Amino acid sequence: MKSSPPMLKTAAAVLAIAVLASCGTSGDDEPAAGGSVTLSFLTGSDQSTVDTSKALADAFMKANPDIKIEIENQPGGSEGDNIIKTRLSTGEMSDVFWYNSGSLLQALNPTQTMVDLTGDPVLADVQPDYLPVVSQGGKAFGVPATTLAGGGILYNRKVYERLGLQVPKTWDEFMANNEKIKAANITPVITTFKDTWTSQLFVLSDFYNVQAAAPTFAADYTAGKAKFATTPAAIGGFQHLADVHAKDYVNKGFGSAVLDQGLKMLIEGTGAHYPMLTTLLPAQLATYPQTATDVGFFGLPGDDAAKHGATVWEPAALYIAKTTEHLDAAKKFLAFVASPAGTDAVTAAVRPSGPYRIKGSKLPEDALQVAKDLQVYIDQSATAPALEFLSPIKGPSLEQITVAVGSGLTPPAEGAAQYDQDVEKQAKQLGLAGW
Amino acid sequence: MTRQAESRTGPGPARAGRHGRRPGKTGSPYPYALYLPAAVVYLLIFLVPTVMAFYFALTRWTLFDSTFVGLDNFRDFLAEQNLRVGFQNTLFYAVVTSGLKVVLGLGLGVLLTSRMRLRGFLRAVVFFPVLVSTVAVGITFSALLRPDTGLVNKALAVVGISGPDWLGDATTALLSVALVDVWKGVGLATVIYIAGILSIPQQYYHAVAVDGGTAWHRFRHVTLPLSWPATYSVIILSFIGGLRSFDLIWTMTRGGPGFTSDVIASIIYKQYQAGFFGLSTAGNVLLFLVVTALVVPLNYFLGKRQVAP
Repeated sequence: MKSSPPMLKTAAAVLAIAVLASCGTSGDDEPAAGGSVTLSFLTGSDQSTVDTSKALADAFMKANPDIKIEIENQPGGSEGDNIIKTRLSTGEMSDVFWYNSGSLLQALNPTQTMVDLTGDPVLADVQPDYLPVVSQGGKAFGVPATTLAGGGILYNRKVYERLGLQVPKTWDEFMANNEKIKAANITPVITTFKDTWTSQLFVLSDFYNVQAAAPTFAADYTAGKAKFATTPAAIGGFQHLADVHAKDYVNKGFGSAVLDQGLKMLIEGTGAHYPMLTTLLPAQLATYPQTATDVGFFGLPGDDAAKHGATVWEPAALYIAKTTEHLDAAKKFLAFVASPAGTDAVTAAVRPSGPYRIKGSKLPEDALQVAKDLQVYIDQSATAPALEFLSPIKGPSLEQITVAVGSGLTPPAEGAAQYDQDVEKQAKQLGLAGW
Repeated sequence: MTRQAESRTGPGPARAGRHGRRPGKTGSPYPYALYLPAAVVYLLIFLVPTVMAFYFALTRWTLFDSTFVGLDNFRDFLAEQNLRVGFQNTLFYAVVTSGLKVVLGLGLGVLLTSRMRLRGFLRAVVFFPVLVSTVAVGITFSALLRPDTGLVNKALAVVGISGPDWLGDATTALLSVALVDVWKGVGLATVIYIAGILSIPQQYYHAVAVDGGTAWHRFRHVTLPLSWPATYSVIILSFIGGLRSFDLIWTMTRGGPGFTSDVIASIIYKQYQAGFFGLSTAGNVLLFLVVTALVVPLNYFLGKRQVAP
């Protein structure tokens, strides 16, 4: 018991410091006119997000010495979603924050929590095609923070070269390539189900093919009229997962493999195909410089070679919280992010893995091979945004369902039906009409 | 919810009620004002949220607003497609972990109460995993159980066995987690058994010796029956622990692969993560009722048995 008074004192001191510190960060240092402003900027924690955010903040501070930007990091995935939702609803959000565009944005209720940028000069340089994915109720809330990503098959070009393979335009060609790759003792399709989200790519990046076969699928699906299980083209993605597993084209220990292992296999050529997003590659450059040239991209092959295309993911965006006390400075920062000067700053730090969504920004000469491959699809207008950018509903259990289908535990048709139920739950929670 | 259920029905408060009152004294020895801080904390942190949870289970709420939907959430929760699997897994997990903890705990308890070298050291070794954070244990074992680089499969490879993908294979995932849970929890069971065995009066053993009994007789007719109170404690503690198991499963498999190692708690957590707050609140209310319905009679039954000898 003798030790308790000093301990109490220490505890009291720690508490006092914590209270003081939390007062200090709540933005009470409101500047006089012409003084310096400190903007808080909440961003993700994966490598390319961190690098991009830092490059943007540094370049902006250099151009605007009177504005200081403090970066905070938060974990990704659902955990990060919870933090953002909680902070927004309690009014504790940073001035500017990085978050997904598309369906995930809708769940944040932007009309109530974010600053409306519609018609603001901040958006002047943003490509108009992009705005729908950062809008709710016709109002736009964000600017693109990074590049467009392709979702489809990342492949090792060295392996293709060595085995004399052609980029497949149909699923049958793809499976034929897999057979040859397997014969050469290389893993045909890298599968990393321990990071469950990586299992969704066969389904999600098949959306270009779904749309080609059923052009109104996105709208009908949002209205509750079209289902995955009853739309033959939409079952395709689930079928692909099952096919690859049934033919044993996956790596050994796929159930415990994680994303980093998968990328390593792909880059080193011990695996040939990886259904994945192109955005994950720039972070690998530091360890594996050959990523820039050895890894290529093609859209998930469908049934018809003439209708081959790619599904793309719109870039994440920067938003301003409604509770900000530095609106002018925050808008200035967003305007910088959405300008060619901003994208140049990003390019200098992170080699782009896809084209920008800013007018007047070009891909540099040394862009990654995947970015060049993606650009070809864009030039041919053979792209479709992923379903999550066209519809506010994305069932939360898709990743578990795709793992089950891809591990041979659930037949594809049953998986699609399970996903329809999952989607129905989500739609009810969102209170959509027609469910 | 489950933790609350436990604190309500656990042995602590009940015992206080039985022995706490001094005969002949009325009223509290302290002014009531001294109870106030604790009462306020209890009210704000426990009672208010509990009552609110029962209301919010009937609404569809986001962090911003709520709409009353009656019993829809309960209907949706019970219609959850993997709920059956979740219940089966929860029960399987609770039975396997508490069963193994009883058997292994008793064995280790007998071993560590016998005269042997390094007894103190071995007791510490057995108890050590209890002290390690569950998440740390989960992460460590995830690494050890990796199919290609993990120590377990490498060790098996030395003796010529090609080990499975423990956590990535649907047939072994839940069992692997349950075994890790046993590894982590058997220390506590052992300590309870050691206490139980040491409290058995020596006369009984002398009596067996006089009758010419062997070690087996000593175990079968003295140690085993007279350590029943310890057995009950171990069963109830690990059974409740198994029913509300979440942290280890979440760290090691996240309910996967697919839904094959989902338990009730992980299903509720995933719903919460997806933003289905009303639905997950309804699930918690149900879990609260189920755990209460299982534990109250169990506690009553075991409490009666414990007083008897």
